[in-house]
Amino acid sequence: MTMERAQMSSVPATPDERLRQVSFLSRLMKRPELGAVAGLILVVAFFAVTADPAMFSLAGVINFLTPAAQLGILALGASLLMIGGEFDLSLGSMVAFAGLIFGVAVTVTGWPLILAIPATLLVAALLGAVNAQIVLRTALPSFIVTLAGLFILRGLSLVGLKWATGGSTQLRGVSDVVEGDWLLPFFSGDAFEGLFAWLAARGWIETFGNGSAKVPGVPVEIVWFVLLTAVATWVLLRTPAGNWIFASGGDKTAAINSGVPVRKVKVALFVLTACCAALVAIITVLDAGSTDARRGFQKEFEAIIAAVIGGALLTGGYGSAVGAFFGSIIFGVVMIGLSYTNIDQDWYQVFLGSMLLVAVIFNNAIRKRVTGER
Amino acid sequence: MTQPIIEMRSIEKNYGNIVALAGVSFDVRPGECHCLLGDNGAGKSTFIKTMSGVVQPTRGQIVVEGRPMSFQSPRDAMNAGIATVYQDLAMIPLMSVARNFFMGREPTTGWGPFKRFDVERANSVTMAEMKKMGINLREADQAVGTLSGGERQTVAIARAVHFGAKVLILDEPTSALGVRQTANVLSTIDRVRKQGVGVVFITHNVRHAMAVGDRFTVLNRGKTLGTSQRGEITPDQLQDLMAGGQEMAQLEASLGGTV
Repeated sequence: MTMERAQMSSVPATPDERLRQVSFLSRLMKRPELGAVAGLILVVAFFAVTADPAMFSLAGVINFLTPAAQLGILALGASLLMIGGEFDLSLGSMVAFAGLIFGVAVTVTGWPLILAIPATLLVAALLGAVNAQIVLRTALPSFIVTLAGLFILRGLSLVGLKWATGGSTQLRGVSDVVEGDWLLPFFSGDAFEGLFAWLAARGWIETFGNGSAKVPGVPVEIVWFVLLTAVATWVLLRTPAGNWIFASGGDKTAAINSGVPVRKVKVALFVLTACCAALVAIITVLDAGSTDARRGFQKEFEAIIAAVIGGALLTGGYGSAVGAFFGSIIFGVVMIGLSYTNIDQDWYQVFLGSMLLVAVIFNNAIRKRVTGER
Repeated sequence: MTQPIIEMRSIEKNYGNIVALAGVSFDVRPGECHCLLGDNGAGKSTFIKTMSGVVQPTRGQIVVEGRPMSFQSPRDAMNAGIATVYQDLAMIPLMSVARNFFMGREPTTGWGPFKRFDVERANSVTMAEMKKMGINLREADQAVGTLSGGERQTVAIARAVHFGAKVLILDEPTSALGVRQTANVLSTIDRVRKQGVGVVFITHNVRHAMAVGDRFTVLNRGKTLGTSQRGEITPDQLQDLMAGGQEMAQLEASLGGTV
């Protein structure tokens, strides 16, 4: 017995010969956002061949990045929430409801943006917290709980709009009341106008006959989108909170046993997702000057698809913000790109459905490979 | 003889009118591996649950380093240096080894809003701790899912030791492993013991117990059947104690002595 013991302690730690050395390529394959990047290259190549070259001019790029950014802000929230192991199907309806709150705050009550914007975010945050509490207290799947939210919030938006307008499902007159508000430039219009004017004066970007730039600046939603992607990536990969998000979605019990505050993480993620919806509502309502009950219609599905294309697993615990970023841009490229081609616009949904299917199959295979799951 | 790190004195635990533990005494000294053996239903899991603070004993005393303690929660036990590695290991396969290692206890650097997860330190500490346990990781950010069962067990043990475990309770760490994997885990137990940690090794495999154990306590029907030193007892005697002697001898005879 003692001999056996001596041998036991001297088992040499030689590397397992069955493990292959990891090549650069398979290191790359480990990144969850790989699928989205590959997909983006694919659709860009497709439209580079089939579409009018104007699509990839500066104006064309801004043209498809704007809807991509509006979806992308939602997709970032959806992606983080999915990594944390939950869904929010009420995301699209939340856009409509937050749009209603914001519209009423500025037109009916006449609040300035400094009050109306925090109020809108607060209402959304509360609704997100309610979703979270229901999911956590009942232990029901968030899929079904937020599906109820999808209908409730859409219905409330309709009822609320009719109440606020005296029967109409559209609330107008937002532009007039926010005119000149000092906060407006952060949520509406273009950023970097000075830079673009300067570039135009140098003749480095396209100009109209009168010398003003064809593209006056970067729409603010794109700036928000890029900033939020950077922050979300930093939080996920470089903070303890990011580790908790992965852990909460990966295995709730293991996370709780290791001292991760899983409930707090999930509440925070639901709140964050709702606030993303509210931000999109504020930006699009200011952009359109009105809000209506169809705002954000089916955006929950598009956001989840963008997150999945971005590498997020439906079962949680895996995914990336950068992936959701590229996933959303794929949406923008396809949605706008088709109008630059002779292809019937109605192929859009066929295209996206196929993209989702390919992404899910691809992600599943990759994940099994990199994690050695059997 | 050194003072035990933890002493469990006449622990009793009743669930309603069911007696799960009927006075079990057990202690662990630093640097020893004390094996707790027993067949299914002998009360092993109830007993370690009282030791790790998951359940509270009905009667009896828990003494940690000479001071009587009462664990109201697993947190209390952990704070007293009693760490438990359960069979499910509390590991997330999709996350990297380093992220799992520091899950819930992430090292940070920077201050205020720039306080961040110190990934570099987490990676280097994980690599170093795993190396100490005889496992050369390819990289600290490889997913735990790529590790074998034995390696995962070792990560869980290394994690508990790194975070200051004085007593390490291992709940059947070898029950689901192959021969080679088992050998690795047993050698990990040996390394941990040499660092001065007291190990409670729960198993119903006598050979695994004999390979690393310093003392052996057998539980049967909620009672201890005594504690023996290494060398005082043969594997056959242990086996008989565990199975309750007589019937086992008959069974064994009918199976041609192969069990």
